Amino acid sequence: MLMHLPVLVVLAPLLAAPVVALTRGAIWPWLLSTLVSWFSLLCAVLLLIQVQQQGLVIYTMGGWEAPWGIEYRIDFANALLLVLITGLASVVMPYARLSVEQEVGAERSPMFYAALLLLSLGLSGMAATGDAFNVFVFLEISSLATYTLIAMGRDRRALTASFSYLVMGTIGGTFYLIGIGLLYVMTGTLNMADLAERLPAISDSSTVRTGFAFIVTGICLKLALFPLHLWLPNAYTYSPSAVTALLGATATKVAIYILIRFVFTVFGPEFSFGAEPLAEVLIPLAVIGLLSASTVSIGQPNIKRMLAYSSVAQIGYIVLGIAMGTAMGLTAALLHMFNHGLMKGALFMTLGAVAYRMGGTNLSDMQGLAKTMPLTFWAFVIGGLSLIGVPLTVGFVSKWHLILAAVELGWWPIVIAILVGSMLAVVYVGRVVEAGFFGEAKDPTRREAPASLLIPIWVLIFANIYFGIDTRLTVDIAEAAAAQLMAGGSVR
Amino acid sequence: MSGLGIWNYVIIIFLMMTGLYMVISSSNLVKKLIGLNVFQTSVFFMYISFGYITGGSGPLYNENVVLYANPLTHVLILTAIVVGVATTAVGLALTIRIKESFGTIEEDDLHKMDSSL
Repeated sequence: MLMHLPVLVVLAPLLAAPVVALTRGAIWPWLLSTLVSWFSLLCAVLLLIQVQQQGLVIYTMGGWEAPWGIEYRIDFANALLLVLITGLASVVMPYARLSVEQEVGAERSPMFYAALLLLSLGLSGMAATGDAFNVFVFLEISSLATYTLIAMGRDRRALTASFSYLVMGTIGGTFYLIGIGLLYVMTGTLNMADLAERLPAISDSSTVRTGFAFIVTGICLKLALFPLHLWLPNAYTYSPSAVTALLGATATKVAIYILIRFVFTVFGPEFSFGAEPLAEVLIPLAVIGLLSASTVSIGQPNIKRMLAYSSVAQIGYIVLGIAMGTAMGLTAALLHMFNHGLMKGALFMTLGAVAYRMGGTNLSDMQGLAKTMPLTFWAFVIGGLSLIGVPLTVGFVSKWHLILAAVELGWWPIVIAILVGSMLAVVYVGRVVEAGFFGEAKDPTRREAPASLLIPIWVLIFANIYFGIDTRLTVDIAEAAAAQLMAGGSVR
Repeated sequence: MSGLGIWNYVIIIFLMMTGLYMVISSSNLVKKLIGLNVFQTSVFFMYISFGYITGGSGPLYNENVVLYANPLTHVLILTAIVVGVATTAVGLALTIRIKESFGTIEEDDLHKMDSSL
C-alpha cells in the first residue's frame, strides 16, 4: 500500500464521491466523507514522511513510464500542499455537519458532501500530478465542484456570485489550456519534467513565450491576483460557511502552487525572470493588491467579506515571495501558502460558528461576542493575531521570512509595504475584536456554539500556535522545497 | 503549410476574440454562456489544427503511408470538450435558478437589484 500512496490521496475521495451522492439522510454522507478525508490525510502524512526520506516519490499510472503515461511526482513542495489540503478537508468535514444542516438543509446534504469530496479530490489531484494536461482536468473538476458548492449558499446572491466565478474561472482554465497547447506543439510532450528538459533549447521562440504568458495569466485568474480577483469576494461571502473555510484555505493555494511549479520547474527561473519580465509584472500587482485589498477590507460591514478581501491581500504577499525569484523568497511564499491556509481556515470556521448562533456575519452580529460566545471569540482573536503576524503565531513566521527575503535583495520599499499591510491588518482585525469585546450583545441569551463546531476550530487554532512556536518542521520542508524548485526540473 | 495552413489560425483567433467580446459585452447571461462556448470552441479548433499535417494519414499503421497526423491532440481535446459541456450545463442550471429567484437574467437588472454584485 505504501507504494501507492500518491494515487491513494486522490483516489479515495474520487471513489467515495458517487457513493456519498447515492446515500440518504444527513448522517451517512457526512460520516462517510469524514472518514474518507481522514484516510486521505493519513496517506498525505505518510507520503510527506516518504518524501523526507527519499527526496522525490514518483508514481507511474498503470505502470506506464513517464513520457507515455501520466506520472505523479511528489517532492517537498507538493507533499506539504497535500498535507494542507487533506488536513483542512479533515477538519472541515466534521465541522460541516451542523453548519450544513442549518445552511444547506439535510435533504441536499448527500450532493453537498459529494461535491465537497470532488473539490478536495480536484485540488489534491492538481497538487500531485506531474502532467501538465492532467492539471487542467483536475482544475476543471475542482472548479465545477466549487461552482455548485457556492450556489448552495442561503443568500440568492450566491447564484450570481457562482455564475461570475464560472465565467471567469472558465476563461482562466481555457487560457491555461491554450498555453499548454502551444507548449505541446513546440516540445511534443506534456510531462512537466520532460517539458523542463526540452524548453531551454527553444526558449526564445515566440510560441513558447506566448504559451508562458497564457499559462501565467490563466493561473493568476484562478489564484485571484489583483486585478483578477473580482470573483473572489462575492464567492467567499455568499457560499456556505464550511465551503468558504475549505475554499479560502486551499483553493487559491493550489493555484499558487501551480504557478510556482510552472515558473520554477517547467520554465526555470532563468527563463521566467531573465528572458521574461515576470518579476516586473508581478511585483507591482502584488504590492498594489496587498495594500488596496487590505484598505478595502477595513470598511466592510460583513466580516466574511472583510476576510475575503484580506485573502486577496495575503495572496499579494505570497506572489511577492514568488516574484523575488530567490530561494529565500520562495521559502517565504511556500511557508505563507501553508500558514495562510491554517489561519484563514480557522477564521472562516469561526465565522461559521457565529453565523450558526447569530444567523449572520455582520459586524453587528459580532457585538458583545466575548460574553455570549467566549470560546468562538477567542478563537477569532488568536486567528486574527496570526493574520496580523504577531510573534508565536504562524503568521509571524512567514512574514518574518518574507521580510528577510526582501532585505536580502535590498528592496526596502517592499519591506515598508509589507509592514504597512500588517498595520492595515491590525486595523481591520481590531475593529472586530473591539466590537466583540466592548460592544453590547444584541441578545445576551445566545449561547456558545456547540462542541462539534468548536473542536475543529480549536484544532486549527492550536495548529496556528504550534507551527508558530515549533517552526522546525514547516521551515525545514519549505527550505528543502525551495532548494528543489530552484534547481529546476532537471533533477530526475 | 500553404493554402489552408495559416487560415486555420486566422479563423481561430477571430473566433477567440468574438467569444471573449461576447462574454465581456453582453448583459444577458445566456449570451455570455454562448460567448464562452465560442471562445472554448476556438481552442478546440486550435488543438485539432495542431495535430494535423497536410497530407498526413490517420494513425493506423500502413506500409504505404509515410506521414501520420498526431492523434494525441485530438484525444486531449475530447477531454476538454467534455469539460466544456459540463461547464455549460452548470452555467445554464445556474441561469435557471437565477431566473427563478431574481426574475431576470439581464446583468444590468441584477446589478440594480443587489448593489453589492
